Amino acid sequence: MLNSEGRPTAPAAASAVEEKTFTGNRGLQIEEPLIFETGREDVTGVDLPEPPKAPSRLGSHARKAAIGLPGLTEPEAMRHYVRLSQKNYAIDSGLYPLGSCTMKHNPRLNEKMARLPGFADIHPLQPLSTVQGAIELIAELGRWLLASTGMASVAVSPKAGAHGEACGMMAIKAALEARGDKRKTVLVPESAHGTNPATAALIGYSVVDVPAGPDGRVHPDAVKERLSGDVAAIMLTNPNTCGLFERDVTAIADAVHAAGAYFYADGANFNAIVGKVRPGDLGVDAMHINLHKTFSTPHGGGGPGAGPVVFSERLARHAPVPFVRLTADGAEFVETRRQAGKTAEPFGRITAFHGQMGMFVRALSYMLSHGADGMRQASEDAVLNANYIKAGLADLMSLPYGDGPCMHEALFDDRFLEGTGVTTLDFAKAMIDEGYHPMTMYFPLVVHGAMLIEPTESESKASIDLFVATLRDLVMRAKRGEVERFRQAPMLAPRRRLDETRAARSPKLKWEKPQPWSEAAE
Amino acid sequence: MATRYTREHEWIRLEGGVATMGITPYAQEQLGDIVFVDLPEVGKKLAKGDEAAVVESVKAASEVYAPIAGEVIEVNSALTDSPGMVNESADGAGWFLKLKPANPGEVEALMDEAAYQAYLETI
Repeated sequence: MLNSEGRPTAPAAASAVEEKTFTGNRGLQIEEPLIFETGREDVTGVDLPEPPKAPSRLGSHARKAAIGLPGLTEPEAMRHYVRLSQKNYAIDSGLYPLGSCTMKHNPRLNEKMARLPGFADIHPLQPLSTVQGAIELIAELGRWLLASTGMASVAVSPKAGAHGEACGMMAIKAALEARGDKRKTVLVPESAHGTNPATAALIGYSVVDVPAGPDGRVHPDAVKERLSGDVAAIMLTNPNTCGLFERDVTAIADAVHAAGAYFYADGANFNAIVGKVRPGDLGVDAMHINLHKTFSTPHGGGGPGAGPVVFSERLARHAPVPFVRLTADGAEFVETRRQAGKTAEPFGRITAFHGQMGMFVRALSYMLSHGADGMRQASEDAVLNANYIKAGLADLMSLPYGDGPCMHEALFDDRFLEGTGVTTLDFAKAMIDEGYHPMTMYFPLVVHGAMLIEPTESESKASIDLFVATLRDLVMRAKRGEVERFRQAPMLAPRRRLDETRAARSPKLKWEKPQPWSEAAE
Repeated sequence: MATRYTREHEWIRLEGGVATMGITPYAQEQLGDIVFVDLPEVGKKLAKGDEAAVVESVKAASEVYAPIAGEVIEVNSALTDSPGMVNESADGAGWFLKLKPANPGEVEALMDEAAYQAYLETI
């Protein structure tokens, strides 16, 4: 078809052949080098005044050669970073079904609040009287965390989930030591996040595995068998990493308490039960809350996370400093044992400063804008979405623990791929060609070739329908014998399949400046 | 003497008073491409069931347990540079370490080839 100006308006038939280009770019997808591989020495993007002439006092320490910063104009620097940002796959660009990671939408309202100058442009060493609002916000966030968990005390400042775990376990250790109890063992279910046993080991405990039952859950008898006067704590995630609610959690808590031990809950999956269940009512003694999962603060790509820890009455006195306190005279920042009060026995100082202020603002903004009823609905929708995915795929894919309802994530194993020659890894790579970030794979370890899908409440029905249809199509293609297509995947991504084995066996850990082409040619 | 096996997929073979051990072909297949093997110090005394080594693949890291009690008298240091030998020859060149058994009779009590194969059928 030609339009009135004679310009063709319909594309010619697309060619399936992969065209090599002169520049290495593909269409408008730019092959971007590292910034240190670009630029010229005689170029700069800023115009600084000549420094005033003054005698140098550096003596022999004065730099003799250029430090090799890339010389770029402002538009070149801008393009470099914009192009890099365009290579990112984010929750803002598509469905991000990484199970156990809770890649939910970060509401723009949170971002707006976090950028208010009273929160964004302050410094941790500023006089307290000038940051009263910010300190009050931290206290208010703590209050919401306590209300939603039914716990007695909170340490808001830990910087991430694993940091929170360490904080909680250190409080448990302090409580045991305070009563002269030198217990050496921590129980960790097989399906736990890897950080759980790592935390216990870091703090000096030896770890004893608790196997899951055939239904994917931890059974009280399996815990009781392993309890003794040497067990300091159990570290349990609920819902667990198989996406299942631990039904016997209160019986487990009772047994743990009867043995004089504590119950640490990994709060990574709290987002499935906010507004429905208060961990305090389940007998939890300490739990971290991943603000970046449950309360929608941004994560992925390295954070920052935030992992506040809540404590039961039994552990409250051992909560660490620093923390914030509201008094009649204003908001206080409690930094020392003495400031903490006569009855408090903080196990130590967990952070130098207040924590991730930006995340606190975002999390409280999420809480206040949703309200208790809104957060309850978010949990319900997250669970509903996961079950909708499970129901949409159950006939084609395989469920390791039967067809019962799941919580916020649907777990499949790789039995449905048996005989196709396609592995979980191939399947995940093929999803990239379809424009989806793969789900979590090969985790939890207790399930063979695991695929753990967490859609979160952010996805619409239309979005999930397309996702389910895509996965159904992939399964059919695997079963039709298109194994080569899977082994080659991803075929359409900027990079093809990476050699993970070689990357791990001979990692290249140091960047070396490439030779200028004129020298290299000699 | 014939090779014996554990439920944790280690193999062990007693020859001239020295027990050589490694992980089974089944274990290496389950782990996938092995990228790192952490071996113990020579001279370390291990109780039966102690962590003897750690093996890391692109998929997961797992402990390797001592099938019997004994003292480490030699480790296969070639695995440090070529962990892939475990994939290529789990029950041969990819051996992990040699133990001087505290009680050689312990080896005899482990599963033999047929019992291990039968055990694999049940997994």
